[in-house]
Parts: sequence; C-alpha cells; structure tokens
Amino acid sequence: MTINTSRRGFLKSAAAAGAVLVIGVRPDGALAASGSPAMLNPFVQIGSDGSVTAIVKHFEMGQGPSTGLATLIAEEMGLSMDQIGYDFAPSDPQVYNNTLFGPMQGTGGSTAMANSFTQYRQAGAAAREMLLQAAAQSWGTEASALTLQDGVISGAGNSAPLGEFVAAAARLDAPADPPLKDPSEFRLIGKTDVRRLDGEAKGNGTAMFAMDIVRPNQMIAMIARPEQQRATAVSVDASGATDITGFIDAQILPNAAGVAVFAETTWAAMQARNAISVEWDTSNAETRSSSDIEAEIRTALDAEPTYNVNEADVEAVRAAVDGADTVIEETFYFPLLAHAPMEPLNCTIEETAEGVILLHDGCQFPTIPHGAIAEFFGIPFENVQINTVLAGGSFGRRATPQADYQMEAAMAFSLTDRSRPVHLVWSREDDLRSGQYRPAMGHKVRVGLDASGTIVGWEHRIAGQSILKGTPFEAMLVQNGIDFASVEGTFDSPYQIPTASFGLTDTPKATSTLWWRAVGHTHTAYVMEVMMDMAAKAAGIDPVEFRLAYLTGDGADQTRKAGVLRLAAEKANWGNAPEGRSQGIAVHKSFNSYVAEVVEISGTPEDGIRIEKITCAVDCGIPVNPEIIKSQMEGGIGYGIGHNMRDQITLTGGVVDQFNFPDYEPLRISDIGAIEVHIVPSAEAPTGVGEPGTPPAAPALANAIAAASDLRVASLPMDDNGVFFV
Amino acid sequence: MAISLKLNGQDQTVEAEPGTPLLWVIRDELKMTGTKFGCGVASCGACTVHLNGEPVRSCQTYIEDVEGAEITTIEAMSENEIGAAVQQAWIEMDVVQCGYCQSGQIMSAVGLLAENPKPSPQEIDDYMWGNACRCATYQRIRAGIQRAAEILEA
Repeated sequence: MTINTSRRGFLKSAAAAGAVLVIGVRPDGALAASGSPAMLNPFVQIGSDGSVTAIVKHFEMGQGPSTGLATLIAEEMGLSMDQIGYDFAPSDPQVYNNTLFGPMQGTGGSTAMANSFTQYRQAGAAAREMLLQAAAQSWGTEASALTLQDGVISGAGNSAPLGEFVAAAARLDAPADPPLKDPSEFRLIGKTDVRRLDGEAKGNGTAMFAMDIVRPNQMIAMIARPEQQRATAVSVDASGATDITGFIDAQILPNAAGVAVFAETTWAAMQARNAISVEWDTSNAETRSSSDIEAEIRTALDAEPTYNVNEADVEAVRAAVDGADTVIEETFYFPLLAHAPMEPLNCTIEETAEGVILLHDGCQFPTIPHGAIAEFFGIPFENVQINTVLAGGSFGRRATPQADYQMEAAMAFSLTDRSRPVHLVWSREDDLRSGQYRPAMGHKVRVGLDASGTIVGWEHRIAGQSILKGTPFEAMLVQNGIDFASVEGTFDSPYQIPTASFGLTDTPKATSTLWWRAVGHTHTAYVMEVMMDMAAKAAGIDPVEFRLAYLTGDGADQTRKAGVLRLAAEKANWGNAPEGRSQGIAVHKSFNSYVAEVVEISGTPEDGIRIEKITCAVDCGIPVNPEIIKSQMEGGIGYGIGHNMRDQITLTGGVVDQFNFPDYEPLRISDIGAIEVHIVPSAEAPTGVGEPGTPPAAPALANAIAAASDLRVASLPMDDNGVFFV
Repeated sequence: MAISLKLNGQDQTVEAEPGTPLLWVIRDELKMTGTKFGCGVASCGACTVHLNGEPVRSCQTYIEDVEGAEITTIEAMSENEIGAAVQQAWIEMDVVQCGYCQSGQIMSAVGLLAENPKPSPQEIDDYMWGNACRCATYQRIRAGIQRAAEILEA
C-alpha cells in the first residue's frame, strides 16, 4: 500500500499562514518554483510575512552548513543574516542529493559547500528575480529598475517589503538561469562579521539534538551487546530486571546481534541492561587481539603488495632506491580509532497514524537508513520519513554504510506493537566498543636520495583494512580492487616525485571499518610528511625548502600546496623558534583543499612536551565564512593531534579493551596552545574545510618532536613511544 | 521516593528511586534537555549543572543527596548576570561547533568567573580541564571566557 503523505511535513516554517514561494530544483537539476510546498521540496521558502527560510540539505554536526547555505541564499537575495532562518531538509535523494554522490543525500568528504555553492546561490537568485518581476508587474515598471535589499524592494519611486510580492511571484515560472552576484558585490560571503546561525540556541540549551527528542509516550531502548565482537544472542533471562522501576521488556534483536532492553526512562534502561543475563554464542565471534591485527599488517608490508596502485615499474623504482647514495626507510603503524562524537549515537523511530515510519535522527547519510528501514519493514521508500535534527558531532560515525544504529532502532521497534515511539540510546561504552573504527593501517617506505639530496626513488607499501569493500560504496570508490580510501593522499600527492611506486595489500578485518574524519589521509599524510621531513634532514636541507623543490612549475596543485606551505612558514616565523622551542611542519592536500601547519613545542619527550602554538594556512577556494573555516581548522587540528597523542582502540581475544573516556582520553583544553589560522584569498570554487585541517596536524607534531629530540614516532599513538605530554 | 529541590528558582518535588543520577531526573523526569549526557562517569562535563552555585557533574550526583538543594541548569543562565555575559561572548566569538558539550562548558565557565572574574589562560585551562569538547573548540572557549570577563567588567 502506498500512502500519499505530505513530503514537507517537517518544515516547521511551512505552517506559516498566508502565501508562500518555494524555489528548488527538479530531479533533472532545472530550477523550479511553486506556491505550494507540497509540490516541491525547495532550497528556499519565502512567506508573505517576509520570512525567508533556507532548507538545508546537509546535516549539521558543527561544521557549519546551516549557516553556510543560508548565507548563499541571503547573499543573492540581499538579506542580512538576521533576516534568514534555516530548517533541515527532509530525506529526498532526488532533490536533496549531494551532487557529487549521485542520487544520494549525504554529507561527507567535506563536500557540503563544494556541491551546494552554485545550487543555493541560484535558488536565492531565482527568488530575487521572481520577486522583482512580481513587483515590477504590480508597479507597472521594469524589473531592471528595481532592487531587493534588506528585505525591501525599491525603485521607480516605489518601496515595499518583499513579502507583499510573494503570492504574485509564486505564480511566475522560475528563471532558467538567474544572474548570480559578482564576487565584488558580496556583502556576506567572505566577510568576517557573519556569526553562526546556530550559536545562540547551542549556548542556551534550546538546540534540539537527536538525544533531546521526546515523543509522546516514547519508550527508551538500549542494546545489551556481547563482549566479543560478532557473538550472537541465544537466550535472555530478564528476571534480574523485573524489580527495576520502569523496566518493560528485554528481547533478542531479529539479527541476534544483541538484546533490546525497553524501559520507560534512560536510567531504567541502563540499570535493566546491567541486570539481565544473556547467553551468547561465540562460535563465530572474533577472537583476535590487536597485536594479531598489527602482526598481520606488518607481515603484509614485508611482502610484494597485491595491488600496484600507480601502475609503477616497481623493479625500476626499487633499483633506483637501492642505487641511491642515501636510503631512508621507515615502517609505520596506525591503530584502530573510535570517532567518539560528543553526543552518543541515538535516534527515535515511530509509526504515524498514516502508517509512515518516521525516524528522528542527526543523520549524516539519510538515504542509507531511509532505504534500509523501508526494506526492513517491507514498505515503499516514500513511506519512510526522516526528521533530521542537530547532530552532536559525528566525524564520520553517523554515516555507516550499514545504517547500524538506525537499524538497531528499527529492529527494536519491530519487536514492539509499534504503538509507542522507541528512542534508541547508546551509552559512551556502546560508542567506544561498537566495532566501527578507523581501520588499522601500516606503511613501509623506502626513499633514496642522491649525493645532492634529491629524491631519486620512493618505494611505498600500504597494508591494512579496507573501509569500502563490501559496502554500497564499493562500486564507486573501489577500482581494480584498490580501495581509494586506503591510498588517497599518497600516489595522488601533488609532490612531483617521478620515480615512485605505491602498492597496497588488504588485510582481514577484525572489526568493522569506517571513515573517520579525513579517512585515508589520517595515515597517508602522516607517512608522506614524516618521510619528507626525514628525507630533508638526511639531505641537510631545510624542510620547507626541501618540500618546495617538489612543488615547482605552475600547476594549480603545486602552486596552491606551495602557497600554503610558504604562508604557514612565514606566519609561524619558521626557523626562528624562540629559545627552548622546536618547530615541525607538514602540508597536505585533501578533499581538494590545501593545508599547511607548523606545530611549535617546548620540552623533550622524556621531560614532557608541551604544544605551545600551532600556525595553519588553508587554501579552500572562495572562503564563504572565514570564522567557520578557522573553527574547522582549529577543530580538525585538535582532532588529529588528540588521537595521535594517546588514543587507540585495542582488542584482547576479540574483546575491546576500552570502556569510556578515561580509557580513550579526549583532547583537553590544557593539551593544546593557541592556534592561528590564515586563509589564502582565492577566487577558485569553494572546497572542503571539515576534514582537511586534520591530516597535517599529527605529522607536524611528530616532526616537531623529531626536531626537539631525534625521536621519530612511526607507530601511533605517540605516548606508546615514550613521549610524555604536559 | 519524593525529593524536594529548587530547580532554576522554582520549588519542585520529583519522584525518583534513590541512586538515580540528577542528570536523568532533569532529562527524563523534568524533560529539560539542555543538560547533556556524554559519558555517565563524570569524565566529559557535558552534564554540568550548578548545585548551590557550584558546578557539579549531574551524572554522578545522586538525587537523594540534593534534597533541598538549589539546582541551576543552562536553561536559567540567561537570567544570571555572569551566565548572560558568557552566552553573549559565546555568540560573539563563534565558540560552538556541534554544540553538544557547550551547555556544560558554559556552566563551568560561569563557575570559573564567579570565583575568578579575570582568569588567565592558564587558570582557564586548569578550571575547564574536565569539560571535553570533541570538536576541540578550546581556543574559542578561552577567548569566550576572556570576552565574558570584559563584558562583566564594563
């Protein structure tokens, strides 16, 4: 049975009385407009009361798209930022798709601004043109004689608020190609005085995260999980929980991966989960330890790689390295890492009176849980709706190809009579022990230098656990067996090193693997930049000068990477660290943005290292909101440094050793000194900022430690190498 | 058991089992969702509220221990002189990213400024150490506290 439902049921602003003008795109990408929000899923909605609402197709995990996309609309409509609001788009993979992902709505790969920049400006420009046209008709003049500024249309002796023309504009056709403002006319884009639209609500407790959703008559569900990864539930004895006030029931999930514990309150669910006893079948469970995983990876690095990533003449590269005057060799190891977003995973699922399954979720890839839930319940795609709410961080965690936590909610809900909404809640322990991690990876690199200190050969092997194989993304991002997420940032580096080979070997997975802020670049940038630093040191050449020698010519990739390298060095007063301080530098391109960072430390590994100052330069094309770009660099740096200082997920006999933050200590305010971010002015199309700040941070710190002490940290985390941080 | 407390200036009586963390009384019973659950073991500070004016972790504060106490949450901070200044500074400095920890950060920042109106960066680090921010907004938290101190001094 297909039930017609209002596709726009979640847009709170849609309820406004009076006429509306909505503007969006048709599935073929052409601009479209309507006077009825039921007819069109829009990018912008304008009410006859003058309210303007940007409908944001990307989710907000703090990286700023709600402010950013609203800014694009406001810019083209001549609004000030206090004249525009935002609402999250419903799930619609045809209209709200990420244009870089195909027919899928999703936020990832630092693409929110990159794929929305033209689209949302066009929607805003179309709104402006249509309102001007309507006003011109009303006043008997030409639209070209009128302007729209600060919510008022004026010209030809007339002046009126834009809301007066909403009804008339809604009867016009959307222009096919409305003119966009010239960058010289920008009043909001690139300006430092545009504050975040979500700042106030996040400071006064009114911001609604998924955890804050309270549906009438809802139950809480928590999942009792096995100690060993992938053990399955055989039976459950809930007698120990019957005395707990608010306990409702405990039942094995349909896939037996855990036991759903239902209760009236979160606290009751937590207590009941501890009180029940579950018999687990461990016959197919994971038994390996992280030491086994590491051994598998190190063994793989000693063998010829399975895949020749850049189709290199490996023998020739090896001969070039072997014949070099100086050979530098290092083997690197990167452990499993959890994402640990501040808001533990959770979502709420319910069935509406119309038979629609409704999910309330801070959803990074809505299309995946949308399809998975429809399939699970055997209902048409359009009978599932997603209410996207704020996410308390994600870093990739809320974007699993398996829709893991949303499917847990769906499975738990299926165990009930569906009369009550079910709010699935994870604890921090669930989060850290869930088995969705940045994969463990290893690299082994040999670099040959000639007598002048020039690189004559670079032999690079990578081994580790694929993220994308076996997922719906395999078809798109795995080519010739090579998982791009395992190798990005190496073979495709802008460095001009002609005699280089990059090989990859997959190793078995002991846990699920998942993209983690900056994905493959989390390890590839570390290896590339530490190796460049080692090579520079061996060559006796300044690390900045050494790198610049491989970024010559006028190719954009080289020019932009060299540009941020020079800017960070200049702003950090590179080479002139104060007495008692040491500097390290790293530069990396990821997600089409270029970032260089200089980390300045004091102390030594034995006595304690203090991170005093970090200087960052970023080239991300046209900077739409400079403060958000700076914030993302600051946060990306903290994320990269914090984990690599001291965090890892380890397993003993298939059981995760970490439980909660004390075992997976987050970066603290006292861990990190001032961060200074410099943005390269640019007229290029905007590129990502959510992830690119992360990759250079840890190698820059590692290079600073090496400058202070000769200690090269090649196996992470750093504190496993006798490095002590103060 | 019935517990009486003063929450954001209002006398309240709540029904809760002994051993129930104050966090879950605030969130599940009173449906006030500004106070956040982050770890449950007092390691992250997202659940920070004021107990008789002092910041405490509500996830490790048990309901039977707060009988008769004054509890203040983020929802009441705009009525508090220091709280309003911190909130204003947070907006001016674009402190928040995901925002989930920020209720707790602000509750701790207000606690700091109440006892030290002009904290140094080192004093800020020492006091705010227990409030984790996975987005690493720490630099702006420092700047926000210093800006709030300026606002209050003016």
